[in-house]
Amino acid sequence: MLISDNLKEVRTQVQRRQLANGIFAMIGLLTILVALIILLGLTLQLLIQGAPRLSWDFFTSFPSRKPEQAGILSAWVGTSLVMLVTALAAVPLGIAAGIYLEEYARKNWVADIIEINVTNLAGVPSIVYGLLALGLFVYQFKLGESIQTAGLTLALLILPIVIVTTREALRAVPNSLREAAYALGATKWQTIWDHVLPCGLGSIMTGVIVALSRAIGETAPVITIGALTFIAFLPDSPLNQEFPYLPLTGSFPWINFEQLFGWLGAAFTVMPIQMFNWVSRPNPEFQLNAAAAGTVLIAMTLVMNGMAIYLRFLFRRGVKW
Amino acid sequence: MTREKKLEKSAQLSPKLVRDVREKIIELVLFLAAFSAVATTVAIMYILIKESWLFFNEVSVIDFLTDRKWTPLFVEKHYGIISLVSGTLVTSGVALLVAIPMGTIAAMYLSEFAPSRLRELIKPCLELLAAIPTVVYGYFALLFVTPMLQKILPDLPGFNMLSAGLVMGLMIIPFISSISEDAMRSVPVGLREGSYAMGATSLQTAWRVVFPSAISGISAAYILGASRAVGETMIVAIAAGLQPRLTWNPLEEAATITAYIVQVSMGDLPHHSIEYQTIFAAGLTLVLMTLVLNIMGHFLAKRYREIY
Repeated sequence: MLISDNLKEVRTQVQRRQLANGIFAMIGLLTILVALIILLGLTLQLLIQGAPRLSWDFFTSFPSRKPEQAGILSAWVGTSLVMLVTALAAVPLGIAAGIYLEEYARKNWVADIIEINVTNLAGVPSIVYGLLALGLFVYQFKLGESIQTAGLTLALLILPIVIVTTREALRAVPNSLREAAYALGATKWQTIWDHVLPCGLGSIMTGVIVALSRAIGETAPVITIGALTFIAFLPDSPLNQEFPYLPLTGSFPWINFEQLFGWLGAAFTVMPIQMFNWVSRPNPEFQLNAAAAGTVLIAMTLVMNGMAIYLRFLFRRGVKW
Repeated sequence: MTREKKLEKSAQLSPKLVRDVREKIIELVLFLAAFSAVATTVAIMYILIKESWLFFNEVSVIDFLTDRKWTPLFVEKHYGIISLVSGTLVTSGVALLVAIPMGTIAAMYLSEFAPSRLRELIKPCLELLAAIPTVVYGYFALLFVTPMLQKILPDLPGFNMLSAGLVMGLMIIPFISSISEDAMRSVPVGLREGSYAMGATSLQTAWRVVFPSAISGISAAYILGASRAVGETMIVAIAAGLQPRLTWNPLEEAATITAYIVQVSMGDLPHHSIEYQTIFAAGLTLVLMTLVLNIMGHFLAKRYREIY
C-alpha cells in the first residue's frame, strides 16, 4: 500500500513538472512571437500609411514646404554617396586590420591594446562618433559639413564590425590550407592574399553588407556633424549637370575631370535625417511622408540583410572542410 | 671571385631581399590599419576632453554635478547634468525592464527548448529586428505606441519616456537574447546530461543548471544591453521630448543626454561658444557611463569564455 501511494505521489509530481515545462516552452515561443508580431504590426502600419506617397515623383522630387510635393531625391542620392565613401574607407581599412590581428599579431601587449580598443569602440554610442567628427573632421581638418565627413564618420563607426567579422572569417579557414601554401614556398603575404583571403571572402562580404546596412540607418552621428535637413540641390556631378545625368553630353568618356571629386565636399542630407525631419513636424501630412521614407529605409536595410543572410547560407552550405 | 660570379650571387640574393622587404612593408601597412582602432579611441578622448576642459574653465565641476537644472540655451544658464542623466536612466530603466525578462526567456527557449530547425528560422528574424534603423523605431514610439498608451493612460503627454523606453526595450531584445544564448550554449553538455540523469525536466535544467552556469555571460548581456540603452539616441530624441527635467517618473517628458546633443546639433551654434562646448561635456559624461558598463560587460563575458 505504502509503495503504491508513493508511486501516485511521484506520478503527480512528475506530471506537475512536465506541465510546468510545457508551459514554459509555450511562454518562450510566445515571447519571441510577441516581439516579432509587434514589430511586424508596426512595420505594416508604417507601410500602409506610407504606401500612398510612394510614387515615382516621391523619388525624384526635392523636399518641399508642401508635403504632397516633397520627395526624397536629395536624401537617397546623399545616402548613396555617403555609403560609397564609407565603404571605400571602412572596407580596406577594416579587412587590413582584421588580417593583421588574426594572421600577423604576436601575443603581446600591443596586440592586446589593439584588441581591447576594437571591443571598446564597438560599444561606444554612435552619437559620440558624431562628436568626434565634429571636433576632428569638421573643425580640425576643415573637411566641412560634407559628404566626405559623413562618409568617414560612418566608416569609423562600422570599422569594429568589419574588423571582427574579418577575424572570424579568417579564423574559420583551416590551418592545413596555410601549411600547404607554405610548403610550396609561398611567403606569408602570398599565402594570405592568394589562399586565405579568397576562402574567407564570402563571410567577410556578409559582414561588410551587415555593417553597411547599419550605417545606412545611422542618424545621430550625421546630425551631429551638421547635415542639413532641407537640401534642394544635388552635389555637382562629374557627368551631365542635370539629374538624372543622362543623356551624356560632350565627348568620350563624358566625365568632367575637374569636377570628379567635387561632390565629396558638397552639403548633403541622408534618408534617416529626412525622415527625422518629417517626423518632428506637427503637420500630419508630413508624417505620412515620414512613413513613406521609413518604408524605403526599412526596405533598404531588409534587402541588404536578406542578401547577407542568403550569402551566409550559400557559403555555409558550399564549403565543407 | 670573378665579376660574373659576383653578379650571379647578387642576382640570386636580390629576389629574396626584395621579397623580404615587401613582406615587411605589407606587415607594417597592416599594422597601421589595425592601429587605427587605437588612434580612434585616442582621438575620441582627446576631442571630448579638450572641449570639456574649455567648458569646465567656465563652469565649475561641482555646479555641473550638483545643480538641479540644465538650461544652457536660456538666458538664465544652469549646467546641472543630473537632469539629463535622470532622463537617460529612466528611459534605459524602462527599456531594460522590457528587454531583460523577454530577452532572457527568448534566449532560454532558443538554447534549451527550440528544435534546431525552428531556431535556424527564428534567429535571422530576430537579427532583422536589430537591423531596423533607430529613427524608424522612434517613429513607432511617437506615432503608434504613444497614442496606444494614451488610450490606457489618458493623461499621458505626447512626449513621454515610457513609450520611448518600451520601444527601446523591443529594440534591445535581440541584442540581449543573442549574447545570452551564446553564453547558455557554451555551457558543456555534460552538465545538462547530469541534470537530466537525475530526472530533471528541461525547465529545471535550464533554470537551475544552465542559467547559473552561464550567469557571467548572461549578466554581460544585460550590462552591454544597458550600455546600448544609455547611448541610444534617435528613439528618445523623437519620442521622449527635448525638455531637460529632473524627474524619475516615466510618464513625464524629459530629455536624455543623447537627445540634448541632437537638439543642440540641429541648431546653428558658433564654434567655441559655451553652448557648443556643453555637448562635449555631455558627451564625455555619456562616454564615461558607457565605458564603465562596457568594461564590466567585457570582463564578465571574458570570464565565461575562460571557464568553458
